[in-house]
Amino acid sequence: MTRIIRSISIIIFAVFLNTGISRASETKETSDEGKSTERFDAGKFVIEHVSDAFEWHIATVGETEISVPLPIILYSSNKGLNFFMSSRFHHGLEAYNGFRIEHEGKNEGKIVELNEKGEVVSLPIDLSITKTVTGIFVSVIILLLIFLNVAKTAKRRVNQAPAGMQNLFEPIILFVRDDVAKPAIGEKRYEKFMPFLLTVFFFILINNLLGLVPIFPFGANVTGNIAVTMVLALFTFLVTTFSTNKHYWKEIYNPDVPWWLKYPIPLMPIVELTGVITKPFVLMVRLFANMLAGHLIVTVFVSLIFIFAKLMGIEAALGISVISVLFSVFMLILDILVSFIQAYVFTLLSALYFGMASPEHH
Amino acid sequence: MTALFIILAELALGKLGAALGAGLAAIGAGIGIGRIGASAMEAIARQPEAVGDIRTNMIVSAALIEGVAFFAVIICALVIFV
Repeated sequence: MTRIIRSISIIIFAVFLNTGISRASETKETSDEGKSTERFDAGKFVIEHVSDAFEWHIATVGETEISVPLPIILYSSNKGLNFFMSSRFHHGLEAYNGFRIEHEGKNEGKIVELNEKGEVVSLPIDLSITKTVTGIFVSVIILLLIFLNVAKTAKRRVNQAPAGMQNLFEPIILFVRDDVAKPAIGEKRYEKFMPFLLTVFFFILINNLLGLVPIFPFGANVTGNIAVTMVLALFTFLVTTFSTNKHYWKEIYNPDVPWWLKYPIPLMPIVELTGVITKPFVLMVRLFANMLAGHLIVTVFVSLIFIFAKLMGIEAALGISVISVLFSVFMLILDILVSFIQAYVFTLLSALYFGMASPEHH
Repeated sequence: MTALFIILAELALGKLGAALGAGLAAIGAGIGIGRIGASAMEAIARQPEAVGDIRTNMIVSAALIEGVAFFAVIICALVIFV
């Protein structure tokens, strides 16, 4: 049975691919008249798919765009608080109520305020619910659903075996406690940091994994947005700074090194201070770049299909789509592994920084 | 002399530099993580019961080195697109 399925799929695969590529090379001359519009702008396509947007774009069928409108909340000193849905902008083409999405120039991608003549006056304070914020809300809803359930089950079954979702999440929570928090922070002080470490671990993990699912409402590139990772790294930095003791600052400003490294030019304190700033910065860039790179590669492989369509006709696109989809699936599987690793590394490094924030006196 | 400079500017050497930089960063990451993998394999071969610890430390070190490589890639992307 499996042999029949395997041979049939190999035959279909071979026929599809070969037909596509061979027909593409013979229709190259005739397809020049049939080419409708300009070249497919791959760069813009890819960047649009991985960045934030004021509406959630789902598909473009011919000339119409199917997208979910999102609320836009603006506060400007002239016009006060404005609240409307992004469908009023008609996919960024029209102005509404004196506001417009800029498409080029200095304010590209942002909402600008216009006066009566239509000239750009200023930038309002933009508190809109964009695609990334909606993605955060979706993952927060999922996190709450999961963990309220697990907490209720764990409380009800105090001395019994775990049940349901508790089976899946309790080993992970124990892993974060026993293999990440306790070795890094120490037996005596790790409990204070456990809520933060668990929150960060599961927030990053769920956002990474949901970003890989291409179906609405998942698939918003949340952790590939540098503002989100900046806030996470900022929280780590704040918690580290607020849990320090005197010895930590002594080791930065007055380390046990020869005197000529500290006075007249405080070389070691400068190096240590840059270390204090660099460590959360590296956390931010690592998570951002890993997630962005994954989404970018998948989008590039998919856009390869459209490039071939514009270049060599629709048959080449059909032929290349087999390879393209296979590569995209492989990259997505690799991205699942990277999601777990990045969540684990962020949590582990945060725990290490918390542990190093209160060093004992030697 | 200025003609030479104008010709050099027309060549958009900035983009060439960014592309070369990204390639060098990839080489650096490749060498670094390759050495981690090699020593991890050797350590597992010497003491197979420590596989779990070795694997965890290997993944952590690889992630840290990849972070540095991604720094370079981000700078190169900034040069090209900003």
